[in-house]
Amino acid sequence: MRKLFPVIAVLIVFSVISAACGGTPAPVEQPKVVETVVVTVEVPGETIITKPEAYGSIAARVRERGKLICGIHTSLLGFGYLDANGRNVGFDVDFCRAVAAAVLGDPEKVEFVPMTAADRGPALQTGEVDMLSRNATWTSKREAEWGNFTWTMFYDGQGFIVRKDSGVKTLQDMNGATICVTSGTTTEKNLAAAFADAGLTYEAVIFEETAAVYGAYDEGRCDVATSDKSQLASVQQGFKNPDDHEILDITISKEPLTPAVPTGDDQWSDIVKVVMWGLINAEDYGVTSANVDAMKTSENANIRMLLGSEGDWGYSALGLSPDALANAIKAIGNYGEHYDHYFGPQGIAFTLPRGLNNLWSNGGLIYAPPIK
Amino acid sequence: MTASTEMLAPPTAPGPIAWLRKNLFGDMFNALLTILSLTVILFGSLAILKWVFIGADWRPVTGAPLLYLIGQYPRDQIWRLALSLLLLTFLIGLSWGVWEKFVKAFAIFLGLLLGVLAIIPLETPTVTLGVRAVFLANPLLIYLGYRIGRLQLVKSQHVVTLWLLVTAVIVLALLPGFDSNPLLPRVPTTAWGGLLVTLLLAVGGIVLSFPIGVLLALGRRSSLPVVKVFSILFIEVVRGVPLITILFMFSIILALFLPAESRIDRVIRALIGIVVFSAAYTAENVRGGLQAIPQGQVEAAKAVGLNNFQITALIVLPQAIRMVIPSIVGQFISLFKDTTLVVIVGINDLLGIGKAVLNSDPQFVSLQAEVYVFIAAIFWIFSYYMSYASRLLEKALGVGER
Repeated sequence: MRKLFPVIAVLIVFSVISAACGGTPAPVEQPKVVETVVVTVEVPGETIITKPEAYGSIAARVRERGKLICGIHTSLLGFGYLDANGRNVGFDVDFCRAVAAAVLGDPEKVEFVPMTAADRGPALQTGEVDMLSRNATWTSKREAEWGNFTWTMFYDGQGFIVRKDSGVKTLQDMNGATICVTSGTTTEKNLAAAFADAGLTYEAVIFEETAAVYGAYDEGRCDVATSDKSQLASVQQGFKNPDDHEILDITISKEPLTPAVPTGDDQWSDIVKVVMWGLINAEDYGVTSANVDAMKTSENANIRMLLGSEGDWGYSALGLSPDALANAIKAIGNYGEHYDHYFGPQGIAFTLPRGLNNLWSNGGLIYAPPIK
Repeated sequence: MTASTEMLAPPTAPGPIAWLRKNLFGDMFNALLTILSLTVILFGSLAILKWVFIGADWRPVTGAPLLYLIGQYPRDQIWRLALSLLLLTFLIGLSWGVWEKFVKAFAIFLGLLLGVLAIIPLETPTVTLGVRAVFLANPLLIYLGYRIGRLQLVKSQHVVTLWLLVTAVIVLALLPGFDSNPLLPRVPTTAWGGLLVTLLLAVGGIVLSFPIGVLLALGRRSSLPVVKVFSILFIEVVRGVPLITILFMFSIILALFLPAESRIDRVIRALIGIVVFSAAYTAENVRGGLQAIPQGQVEAAKAVGLNNFQITALIVLPQAIRMVIPSIVGQFISLFKDTTLVVIVGINDLLGIGKAVLNSDPQFVSLQAEVYVFIAAIFWIFSYYMSYASRLLEKALGVGER
């Protein structure tokens, strides 16, 4: 009994402490990111502006720090990867540079944080990153739980790649086929759902690594490989005989890839959104990174507005400089230029026809509200 | 001397042919086995050599070799890494001069390796003349350090102090830099990668976890109940959880509970996870050694008049640790390889960089074997050196002989 005394003493102390704490149980909810206290600001004159407390806090933080912290991918060809000099590049990554150019005036003032798929939600919820531009599909659940999604940058969808000589054209032709897929992603779930709906069966060959999926497919270990169509297009160009394969005209999921920001700061969400609108409007008007300075004195009033040489497109309310969008366009080009830089016929990553990512006026889905 | 000794000459003539006949072609069955294994070895190594020199496409490795070493570290700040490397190789040379055999093999190997890397022909713009010059300077610095060490001017404890000082300056100031400092601008650890991060995590993990592990082992045998219960709980909880879970815990879940301002750096978070994990295992290894020390030694030490601290530090621990060197080194080797798990928390260590390289060009999709073989070779070199050094250490300390 004497030997047990210390142990019992410790237990008693613990239970007393926990009982004391039990009086005020800590709320076990989703991690609270932002106090939604509404402060009423009395402005001398006539208007009363009410804004949440966090309004403007992220932009202020970014300016104080002197750099934007951006969550990105480092191993997804075309969207977020490393070039031979270890520089973070890619379609998603460069959008961070555009936002930095708009807010700080310098596209290189960005700290890139490499993220895994599992990191994305917590990084937004805790505000570890100012924005996330890492191949994230915009869904209702993520919108509700992670933060605010801004404006879709790339419309993707899950498709299939097959060998041309297999004669497979439709989902029904794939009944009983062996399909290579990565594990634990929505890709695997979409595949299962699509086949179950059509009443078909398949045999999945599952890999952890993206590269392993296509290695196995190219060696003939499976009849079909499935993933986002942009990825299929990129790896097809790396196959031993690219022309022996074809990407089917079937799309089994909607993947609107969208940059996101932490919840609670509407100003910041607006800034990121407007930068995207600026890039898309620039393509509408034919403003490019090369002619952006000359266009500031264009005869078109809409272009002068976009580039900040006339009127206020909202920059003063967002706390930006008039030429914020001009800086963003100068940094990465307009939407089409930016797309062609990575995915155009001479793109540095791979070639991918614009398809859904064409401007609305060319039959695509890329559309943005006017800058005025 | 006497004739009888001459009579004891070997029964068969010594020589390679006789040895072959005796050991490999003793009888029909042995001869068959020998021929069979020689054929397998010959064709196996031929196939491997053929793959390495003809079949394999080494573009993912030769195209950007610096990526594997330093990852995304900004190339305009690369002089900081070069300076760190030069300081370290000089110290290795100095240690070779002072401590001789422990460092000799490693120093010579490292010098040769860096010298070869400096002159290896690569058609890539990423390896500039400056980079080659830095690599070429390393063997010279090792030799310079060796000559200085041999002069007997520098004492052993000075070398230890220098090592601590230089590593502290490199890890705390030179590599990370400072906020708004024009000479040493901040390079956040999110931009570190490759072998740099792997070595940082492994060395940091080993150096920090060892003392913590020893303390936990002593704590587990302590007569103070709180210390004892804490040690047991810590060791058993951590040992009952896979490393990958601990890394997830520290890198994702911990962040949800900390306020946004007190965010801990991602690499540091992973390092803490590795240290915690490794400390628990070290503790159990050391405890095994502690239990093997006969109680009589403690009693004898007491009789001489040593206090408890002196008994532990001077009598028990040195013997206990000497006894468990093989298992601790084994554990450190596995820790070194386990650092690759940080790839799942978004840190681009050597393996993560391999993954990034594979995804940096559509042509690389089918070249996984090349990249992973290259990375495996790097891991093998370091792991093998660790076990080689441990064998030297065991020999010097006479483990298993006393």
